[in-house]
Amino acid sequence: MESLLFWFFTFGMLLGGIGVIANRNPIASALSLVISICFLAGLYLLLNAFFLAAIQIIVYAGAVMVLFLFIVMLLDLRAEAKRPFRWGAFFVGLVVAVLFFVAIARVTHSMKDRFVAAPFGNPDNITAIGNLLFTRYLLPFEVTSILLLVAMIGAILLSKKELK
Amino acid sequence: MDIGLQHYLVASGALFSLGLFGIIFRRNLIVVFMCLELMLNAANLTLVAFSRFTQHMDGQIFVFFTITVAAAEVAVGLALVVAIFRIKGNGKTESLKELKF
Repeated sequence: MESLLFWFFTFGMLLGGIGVIANRNPIASALSLVISICFLAGLYLLLNAFFLAAIQIIVYAGAVMVLFLFIVMLLDLRAEAKRPFRWGAFFVGLVVAVLFFVAIARVTHSMKDRFVAAPFGNPDNITAIGNLLFTRYLLPFEVTSILLLVAMIGAILLSKKELK
Repeated sequence: MDIGLQHYLVASGALFSLGLFGIIFRRNLIVVFMCLELMLNAANLTLVAFSRFTQHMDGQIFVFFTITVAAAEVAVGLALVVAIFRIKGNGKTESLKELKF
């Protein structure tokens, strides 16, 4: 059952990723990204990360994608009209991506069966995350708030009418 | 067939390669940005997979922070795209060539 779900979620995630690249219309790309992210949240569930699966849906599929769609519609980006297909970029991208994937596959193959999975299902997931977050990772957690403040100020400054 | 750590890592590598391919191939700035998100998500999947297979929760905390950084990055990046769009009049990667030698 677990392996069936793994293949289901993985293929959904990769198909969503292909949809992001293959669609000419940016809105269709954004919706494919939502599909990919939702399937990825399914993979998180399989990996005992229940809290992260919920956060993934809320933050990515909710907030980030709304921001993307908002900007796409604000800028009124039309689907890319008929333009010459960029064979050069296509082949360079394909070669680089395939080489990278082969490298990763070879490296991960060598670590076969060296790790044992924790048993599936961990009801204390959120408790454990909260404990770690407020003890060992308290300082990074607080610094994150400064990062968000900086991002907020940056976004407001950048979107002002006249850039000095 | 049992699903081991390497299955998750290969899936994550495939997602990362898709994002890499999209960044090189596409020329719409916003779609390039979405491919960047794909790559970030692939890295997150790796961290969560290691978190389960080494029985440490720390990987999940890292992903928590990565998601925060990604949200901040999207806010600033999209503001940059809007500014570029306002100056250049389009959102193509070819129009950004001031630093070209």
